[in-house]
This record gives sequence, structure tokens and C-alpha cells, in this order.
Amino acid sequence: MSTIAHERFEAVIGLEVHAQLLTNSKAFAPVASIYGEAPNTQVTPLCLGHPGTLPVVNENLVRYIIKMGLATNCGIAPKSIFARKNYFYPDLPKGYQISQFETPICHDGYVDIELEGYNKRIGLTRIHMEEDAGKSIHDQDPYNTLVDLNRAGTPLIEIVSEPDLRTPQEAYAYLSKIKQIVQYLEVCDGNMEEGSLRCDANVSVRPRGQEKLGTRTELKNMNSFRNVEKAIEYEIYRQIELIESGGEVVQQTRLWDSNKMQTRIMRSKEEAHDYRYFPEPDLPPIIVTDEMLEEIRSELPELADVRQKRFVADYGMSEVDAVTITEDRYLADYFESVVDYSGNAKASLNVVLSEVLRILNEKSISIQEFSITPQRLSELIKLKEEDKINSSAMQTIFNKMLEDEGSPEDLAKSMNLIQVSDSGFLEELVDDIIANNPDEVERFKAGKKQLMGFFVGQAMKASKGKANPKMVTQMVTKKLEA
Amino acid sequence: MSVTEKDVRYVAGLARLQLSEKEVKTLAGDMNDILGYMDQLNELDTTNVEPLEHVIEMDSRLRKDEAKAPISHEDALKNAPDADSDYFRVPKVIE
Repeated sequence: MSTIAHERFEAVIGLEVHAQLLTNSKAFAPVASIYGEAPNTQVTPLCLGHPGTLPVVNENLVRYIIKMGLATNCGIAPKSIFARKNYFYPDLPKGYQISQFETPICHDGYVDIELEGYNKRIGLTRIHMEEDAGKSIHDQDPYNTLVDLNRAGTPLIEIVSEPDLRTPQEAYAYLSKIKQIVQYLEVCDGNMEEGSLRCDANVSVRPRGQEKLGTRTELKNMNSFRNVEKAIEYEIYRQIELIESGGEVVQQTRLWDSNKMQTRIMRSKEEAHDYRYFPEPDLPPIIVTDEMLEEIRSELPELADVRQKRFVADYGMSEVDAVTITEDRYLADYFESVVDYSGNAKASLNVVLSEVLRILNEKSISIQEFSITPQRLSELIKLKEEDKINSSAMQTIFNKMLEDEGSPEDLAKSMNLIQVSDSGFLEELVDDIIANNPDEVERFKAGKKQLMGFFVGQAMKASKGKANPKMVTQMVTKKLEA
Repeated sequence: MSVTEKDVRYVAGLARLQLSEKEVKTLAGDMNDILGYMDQLNELDTTNVEPLEHVIEMDSRLRKDEAKAPISHEDALKNAPDADSDYFRVPKVIE
């Protein structure tokens, strides 16, 4: 985006995020909906919209959304109702989606986001409950659309932000924050690629200083965090160019095409749906008592912001490290477990940040898929702390542990990496090195202290990497400086 | 407020109903009668009356989050006007 455009215009962005809840059963029917199962095998007559069926609310739909509401500083409505959103589409067999309209269960919250150089508070208009539709497949059969209703009735929450976001980067940071919170709460797995987290964006631009909002467009079909950022950036640029060339932004829904890296029109305002919302007669109001609210509040886990502060205070790590390690709840859990076993926060942090994260990045896996348990990793840390192995041996053993279930100590022994701290053996070794390198000895004595590295290196080579470098250093110092 | 024949056709379109010209006229009249009755109800002062969404006084009845067995795949597709071995089949939908 050109900087000139940025100086004259500002963007106004609001996000609607749908999160699929990690419940055992659907929103209104007692049946599971597991991702990737054979089509139309996870259904009940209710999911198929058969006459005479009645919905019953899953208690975890209510509990999970209240958790999310509390974690995002929302007010929780003591009474809220479900509404019918009416439209015809084959993957919605009832002809309406059960949602909430005028009285969302959570309202008026906020989250704080951190960006380079500044922090910002983003308002949440509302969070409401609804059910997902099924899946339509248009490209498998030339004459027909195929419908799979496994996903029909899966519980969703929709999180609607205020139009407080001003840049694609802020939108990205906000979305990451929402993902982090749902993961910490364990209400959603936060996977955008698999569609368990989905995001639509409302985007408009206006000349700087103008209060009145410009005409907005709604962006859909962005299936990754980067795509959300790119699509918004493209759309801001498109709208500014349109206005600068004398045109006018038209209210419409646009689809992001991640191959062409551009948005294209899906439908205009005139074709917009008229959903004719009305109260769902089949479901009684949802009443949230103070007792229920307190019970759920007491179950809330420690969220990332609080955890970061605690890590800085308890483990003496830098804020940057604390942010990195708490970004993913399960990585933070893993780290704390390693600390519990090893009793050494600093060494645990170093190994997790350098070795563990390196492997996760290299293999593109999550910490849940990582093969070394916290207990085994802590045994490795202890070997190093007890001076039984040196740093390079530690890395070698770590790499071996990825595919070998043996204990770190056994691996160290079998790979012959246990550090030699036997002073008799080392003394002999050091004496040999001194005797065989008279030039270096002279220069060292003359003041070239950097040669210590050479002596230690020779000792490592002679001992095949097993000499205790600390002891070697001490001996060389003693022998040559005496 | 009066309902025009255009309004009737719009609402019928949303509900996917096909109406004859005669039905459109009759329904416009019926709808106007209904709205007239609503206007009459609106004469009542309801300032301090809570909206009534449900006629049965009942609070949330929540179900435990447990999954039971689904119906069989064959039963699921049994009543469909058209299906292949996996999916419900409907005329091609183009957005």
C-alpha cells in the first residue's frame, strides 16, 4: 500500500470470528460431529430437519460461550433467547439456522492487543451462540450439488468486534489474540486451515479526520491468518484507489481469492439476504444464574497475559521470552512441566527456546506432537547441570532422543559422551598437549590468552569430546600461569 | 401501513411459494387485516411490560454434553428424494 494513500485515508475494520466449539456432541442433538468422518454418518433426525424433532440445548454450548465472555471482559446476559435466521440452502435442511439476534448472551467486552511500539484495546460488540450448517460440494458431480450433513448442528460462537481496528496488522494481532484465548480456554482448537476458526472482515476507508464512516464491504473466504491480513490490505488499497479515481465504494460482499491475491464480488446489497429473524419457539430462554456464573468463573484457567507476568516474576525470564513461551498454551504447559521435573527454570527455558522450538519449526508440528516428554527432557538438563555432559554433547543427545526412547543417561553412555571429570586422566591429557605445542605455550605465556580456546579444543579432540572443558581450563591456567 | 401486491410477491419469494394472481390479491387483503389488528393492539400502553417470547413459562433446560449413537447412514438417506451412496443429491446450486 502506498504511503501517500495512508497519509490521506484511514481504514476502519471490524471482524466477525466464528469458533467451532470442542464439545462432545452437537449444539441441539446428542450426537458427535468428528471432523473427517464418512459423509452423512454423524446425524440424527434433528440434524436432517425431519418433522417432529425438537432441539435440546447442550450445556457446554452455554458454559463455553460464558467462559469466552468472561475471558474477554463481556457482560453476561442473565436472560437471552435463541432466534431463527431464515434462508433456503440445501445444507440447511430446516430452512433456518438457530442463532441469537437481539439478545446475545455475551456483550460489550474487550481484548488488549500488542503491536510493535504500541498497545490497543479492541471492543467486542457481542458473542452469540449458533449452529453450523452442513457442507455442500459443487465440484464432484457435473449436474448436482452433493450435501453432507455431518457438520449440520455443530456448535459455534460468533465473536463480533467493534470497528476499532485500523490496519491489517491490527486485524492480524486481534485474530491471534482471539485464537490464543479460545485455545487457553480449550473451547476451540483455533485451526483456521481446517475451518474450526473462521473470519469475515468488514472494511471501509475514510479521509483522515472525517468522523463519518465510509461505505463498507464484507470480505469472506479467508482461510488463514496471513490471508486475513492480505485480503484486508488489498481491499483497503482497492477502496482508496476507487475513491481517488472519482468512483464510489458500493456496499457488497466480496470473496478473497488467495491464488490471484485479490477480492472479487460475491453479492451486492440489493441481493443481500432478508433473514426475517424471529424468536425460536422450540427453545426456552437461556437463564444464567449468579451461581452458574461464579462456578464457571472459578473454572477459568490462567490466561496468557497473566501467565506472562507470572513467568517474568517467578522464573526471572525476559518479557520477550515470556511472550514467546506463553503464546501457545500447551508450549507454556510443557515448559512448566519441564521446570517442575528439573527444578531449573533458566536451563529449562534455554532448552525449550533453542532446541524444542527449533524442532517444532523444522518439522512444522505442535508441541502436542513433540516426542520427548517433559520428564525425559528434564533428565537431559540434569546431566548437563551435573556436569556429566557438555553443551555439544547435550545437543547430540537431544537429537538422538527424538527417535530413541532410551534415558538420556543411557544414550550418553552408549554414544560415549559422558564427560570425563577424572582429574588424573585430564591432567595427563593436558600435560601431553602442553608438551606437544611449545609454540602455543610460549605465545600464551607472552599474553595471548585467546589461545585457551586452542588448548581446550585440543583436549576435546584428544578425549573425543568428553573432557570437562571447565576443568581443562582450570588446569591449563594453573600449569601455564604458575 | 398497507401491504401491496408487490410485498406479497416478495414475501412469497423468500418463502419459496408460488402464488396465482388471485392468491396474491387475497393474501394482500388478509395481511392488511392482520396488520390492522396489530395496529389495534398497539393502542395498548406496554411501556412496562416485558416482551413475551414464549407462552410456556420455562427456563433453560440443558442437556449433558454426551454423544449417543447416530442413526445409520442408510436410514439417514432413506427419505431423500435423491441421493448417491454417500451424499444427498440436489439440483446444482450456483451462488
